[in-house]
Amino acid sequence: MKNLLSIQDLDSASIVEILNTARELARITDGPMKKLPTLRGRTVVNLFFEDSTRTRLSFEAAAKRLSADVISFSAKGSSVSKGESLKDTAQTLEAMGADLIVIRHSASGAAKRLAESGWIQSAVVNAGDGMHEHPTQALLDAYTIRAHFPDHENDFSGLHVGIVGDILHSRVARSNVILLNKLGATVTLIAPPTLLPIGVSQWPVQVSHSLDEVIGTLDAVMMLRIQSERMNDSFFPSEREYSRDFGLGAQRLAALKKEAIIMHPGPMNRGLEISAASADSPQSVILEQVANGILVRMAVLYLLLGGTRIPTEGVLV
Amino acid sequence: MTQVLIKNARMLDDHIVDIAITDGRIYEIGSDLTGAYEVVDVAKKLVLPGFVDLHTHLREPGKENSETVLSGSQAAARGGYTALSAMANTSPVADTAGVVEQVARLGREAGICDVFPIGAVTVGLKGEVMAEMSAMAQSAAKVRIFSDDGNCVSDPLMMRRALEYVKSFDGIIAQHAQEPALTRDSQMNEGVVSSKLGLKGWPSIAEESIIARDILIAHYVGSRLHICHLTTAGGVELVRWAKSQGIKVTAEVTPHHLLLTDTLAESYDAVYKVNPPLRTQSDVLALRTGLADGTIDIVATDHAPHPIEDKECEWNAAAFGMLGLETALSVVVESMISTKLMDWARLSSVMSTTPAQIAGYTEHGRLAVGGAANLTIIDPDSRWSVDRSKSSSRSVNTPFHGMELPATVVHTFFNGVHVVNNGQITGNRYEGNSKVRSE
Repeated sequence: MKNLLSIQDLDSASIVEILNTARELARITDGPMKKLPTLRGRTVVNLFFEDSTRTRLSFEAAAKRLSADVISFSAKGSSVSKGESLKDTAQTLEAMGADLIVIRHSASGAAKRLAESGWIQSAVVNAGDGMHEHPTQALLDAYTIRAHFPDHENDFSGLHVGIVGDILHSRVARSNVILLNKLGATVTLIAPPTLLPIGVSQWPVQVSHSLDEVIGTLDAVMMLRIQSERMNDSFFPSEREYSRDFGLGAQRLAALKKEAIIMHPGPMNRGLEISAASADSPQSVILEQVANGILVRMAVLYLLLGGTRIPTEGVLV
Repeated sequence: MTQVLIKNARMLDDHIVDIAITDGRIYEIGSDLTGAYEVVDVAKKLVLPGFVDLHTHLREPGKENSETVLSGSQAAARGGYTALSAMANTSPVADTAGVVEQVARLGREAGICDVFPIGAVTVGLKGEVMAEMSAMAQSAAKVRIFSDDGNCVSDPLMMRRALEYVKSFDGIIAQHAQEPALTRDSQMNEGVVSSKLGLKGWPSIAEESIIARDILIAHYVGSRLHICHLTTAGGVELVRWAKSQGIKVTAEVTPHHLLLTDTLAESYDAVYKVNPPLRTQSDVLALRTGLADGTIDIVATDHAPHPIEDKECEWNAAAFGMLGLETALSVVVESMISTKLMDWARLSSVMSTTPAQIAGYTEHGRLAVGGAANLTIIDPDSRWSVDRSKSSSRSVNTPFHGMELPATVVHTFFNGVHVVNNGQITGNRYEGNSKVRSE
């Protein structure tokens, strides 16, 4: 594996390998050795053309825990705002010694373009491209689900995952649908018809317009963030109506199976797609997702940069 | 003027003839002709009237780094074209007599094919104020086709007025059918592929709703409507219905929409980004059927050059458009003749005779004694591999690069001047006054 551009590119064995590597890294860094020397001397560049503090910080923490040098580049106030192209920016950063570029971009396909146009030699990790994919989010979500359903170690068949909200614009939903399908889970998308893509009939999912009908059958429910710009574009009439029909409030929380988990990629709109009681309930694993995000991203960086084998506890390599 | 004798040309009816050209016109068509001519033996290759493009972006004035009237004319001649129609979306926009006359003059100076300017319908293509179409029609450029191409004349009242207004000088409105509210920030055809790629969809209904509306308006006011670059099966059905009702509508299809589909966007390579977008396989098949059965009248290239930096970037940031002049014949042969959907006579009609009739280019689209010697010699049996580095265009944004395609243009004659020889620009140019539009 040279790049991580999309979940579509991965087979289930590679997905499981990444998840297992993350678990191994968790085991090691859980002890006294929080930081591993594995990527010492390697440079990871965070190339963020879109604001995303949490994803950037997560990649930064992941790289630092592996002892890589990290350069963070945010497009705002940079040469990009002066019209520099993606190609020039990436080549400039590579000339500064980047071994791996983590890219977040508002344009779908930007990571693939960067990796496959012959502009640079560095490895490329997609940290979210437009409405296309967000592969590390899907990996950390799978890692989180697996941790709560140990019987489904490498096989999610029999698990029912609901993804609720703005499927149309969501890269998180696309990556999750593909990954969960590859691992055998049953996926139901729950959204008003305006927030579902035209081609959804070809996706390996079930579709529902009623959260109430589905909620009691779910093992995991992923609530997607409603972006403020959707509210002004007639995808639904008002926040109130959306929240009433698709929000995870008290009644739906009560209807969830007791062992079901509540997920959210963050940042949350409390009171809109998710109520405070749901977000803070014992069934919520939202903060675990954040912590797991660092582990999964460590695993990805480790596997892509071909770090030396994972050190066993107490043994420096 | 030179006297040229084309020996051994194969006509559409398979007769082998000689064609004698004097003073830019066809003097005689017969066998075993002799005389004081410069002889070009074409070895039984096919002779057709020079192709006529009603939809070309030449970029001059304003974007000469992409294309000039000269480079575009050269690309056209190598594609077998003897007449182009230069779209109005230049900078400045061709919305005044001054700009269209400038483009016409540049075309005459190039002297490689006829360059007929298209005038804008509205000032600056903005859709707000009608451009001085009558002044453009009465100018030396004698504009007859008006289009805001690149933009849709989306306001139904403006479209109605424009269709009515051009009747006084027998003008025609060429509509770029794209409802703007349904295509805000759209990137590619809306469907299974766009939903997978996360690129904002461009629904077929955005095109079809404007076509349907404009057919009704054109019928209501009794004007001629031309629909640019049809791309959807539904659009073909609408035009078919309109023609069955006797409504005066004509339609064009581009070569790329006859061959390519939206799955090419999976590479995120912006060379496949085009407006209107590449559609699905079933749309392509409907377009082919429509072109074969006469629902679609003509092939037009929508040749749209762009500099490398406008394509070598992320998809959303890239410009819309593809080159088309040098590959049009081969792509039409590949999609329509190799598939046995139509014959060479129909190809000659859709690429030459009918576009010339629609636009009123009276010296094009026919091969007859007394007519201007605007013709092209084709080798239907040869194949070639498209190489963008060998293009005459200043740009390289062809989606056909590396593809092997049938049929080559061997010679092109413009007003009797041998402008393309063995597929290459000769450097000869026509210097006489353009007399191609007789009033």
